[in-house]
Amino acid sequence: MKRLVTDTLIIAERNLIRLPRAPDLLLAFTVQPIMFLLLFVYVFGGAIVTPGYSYVDFLLPGIIVQNIAFGGFVTAVGLNEDLSKGLIDRFRSLPMARPAVLAGRTLADVATNALSVFILLVTGLIIGFRFDAGVGEIVLGLILLLLFGYAFSWVFAWLGLLVSSPESANSVGFIAVFPLTFISSAFVPVESMPSALQWFAEVNPFTVVVDAMRALWVGAPAGNSIWGAFVWSFVILAIFAPLAVARYRSAAGR
Amino acid sequence: MTASPGSAQSAISVEGLVKTFGDVRAVDGVDLKVETGTVLGLLGPNGAGKTTAVKVMTTLLKPDEGSVRVNGLDVVDDAAELRSHIGLAGQYAAVDENLTGTENLTMVGRLYGMKRSEAKARALELLERFGLSDAADRPARTYSGGMRRRLDLADALVAKPSILFLDEPTTGLDPRSRLALWGMIEGLVADGTTVLLTTQYLDEADRLADRIAVIDQGKVVADGTSDELKDRVGGERLEVKLNDDSLNQKAIEILAPMSDEAPYVEGESVKLTVRKRQGAIVEAVQKLNEAGIGIDDIGLRRPTLDEVFLSLTGHALETDDPDEQEDGQ
Repeated sequence: MKRLVTDTLIIAERNLIRLPRAPDLLLAFTVQPIMFLLLFVYVFGGAIVTPGYSYVDFLLPGIIVQNIAFGGFVTAVGLNEDLSKGLIDRFRSLPMARPAVLAGRTLADVATNALSVFILLVTGLIIGFRFDAGVGEIVLGLILLLLFGYAFSWVFAWLGLLVSSPESANSVGFIAVFPLTFISSAFVPVESMPSALQWFAEVNPFTVVVDAMRALWVGAPAGNSIWGAFVWSFVILAIFAPLAVARYRSAAGR
Repeated sequence: MTASPGSAQSAISVEGLVKTFGDVRAVDGVDLKVETGTVLGLLGPNGAGKTTAVKVMTTLLKPDEGSVRVNGLDVVDDAAELRSHIGLAGQYAAVDENLTGTENLTMVGRLYGMKRSEAKARALELLERFGLSDAADRPARTYSGGMRRRLDLADALVAKPSILFLDEPTTGLDPRSRLALWGMIEGLVADGTTVLLTTQYLDEADRLADRIAVIDQGKVVADGTSDELKDRVGGERLEVKLNDDSLNQKAIEILAPMSDEAPYVEGESVKLTVRKRQGAIVEAVQKLNEAGIGIDDIGLRRPTLDEVFLSLTGHALETDDPDEQEDGQ
């Protein structure tokens, strides 16, 4: 167990020290979310009616959730690269804890996710976002975000080990996750969608998590969403972490 | 560390190894023994099963049948313990391109369970030894192919393994880098490391390996020292050039008893495959002298490993396409 913790930290460190050296990756964490936030607020914001809230108050929790769900991209692409370049074989020939390669990756994602949440929050505050919440609710929101992002890192870990090349890891991840984030309450009120989409959007875990964030940060009615969001995060984790580990064992043994 | 009876001195012992991928029997009943401190060359073309065999020996794949012991440890039952005794340098330079040379080696050292300072010291020592000190703090993506291979080999040596597995260590390298890498491998062997290396290059096996196992379609088709293998292909060929080639026919009659097959003329020389290499030249010179036949030039030529491979498998060794992966990946 001690070995697992040590090795996980070593792998996490490996994935973090390389980050500043891959400028394109860093750009994805910093500039891209800011760009999305500004585009939505200033281009679509005027046309989207969000009763009771300014659009930036409505949007920020949504865009942060979308962004954090995509944080695991690095894991999908990175794991696939490690696999094709033989690094996974090297790791498997070492006397290290087996799950540490995946656990270290996903742990590194938590750090990069925290960075992009911070950047989005600061940008949001500059362009007019205001919390309607106590410190406890703000912190609980941050914990929920990082937990949800962590769960999605395992989804991406599984995808990354499933596909044949880093390029397809990128596009499969995008195709799988992008529609999920859009057919949700993240960008527009669910009531404005056609009824079939509305049904999907309401059961979509993204909607649950976004609604929970709005409840925690801007005082929207919570309903079941807060505990529902935590349950969803744990369910995703419970499904995809074992799937990814199983896939790691078989993918590496080709 | 308990060794099974009979394999006490063997660093690597493989008995009846079978590994299948679907319908493909990638390794189909392989037996190998490597004594401590020696080098075994596993020679074969792409897809022969070399990499699969190495992956089983290094615990990356589980065998379907047979038993594989490394340092007396079973690859299935004692896998975790075994991993701390071996080093593996695979077919591709498995280094993290975004980490520097020092960082790559330090990470591997720590994953072997070293403390950070200990791993760092070992990293610097290896970088020095492999001529990478100047590039130590540059990301590995700026390295040349030869430098990456050296870093990869250094990775495999971090924990001072007693047994080293090298899977096609020089495939895709330019001749100079190849020679340099050969020198480094020879240095390791001189220090007592046991090496199993796979290669599709005959000159590499000839130069580095004490014993060679020729593997084709998942089976070992021959095994022995380079000399033994060459002897199996009909031993050595005696080539005699006479002062007067009108006497060739007479020389053929005189030399015929030295060979099982009839001597023949090829080009300007009389050629025959001798039964015994010891004293063959002396015997031929004496016989021809007694008959008063003058000799211009005489010599023994050994068959090349190329000819050995061809005669053992019925097809030539394909050495093109070094990038092609093997074994059902």
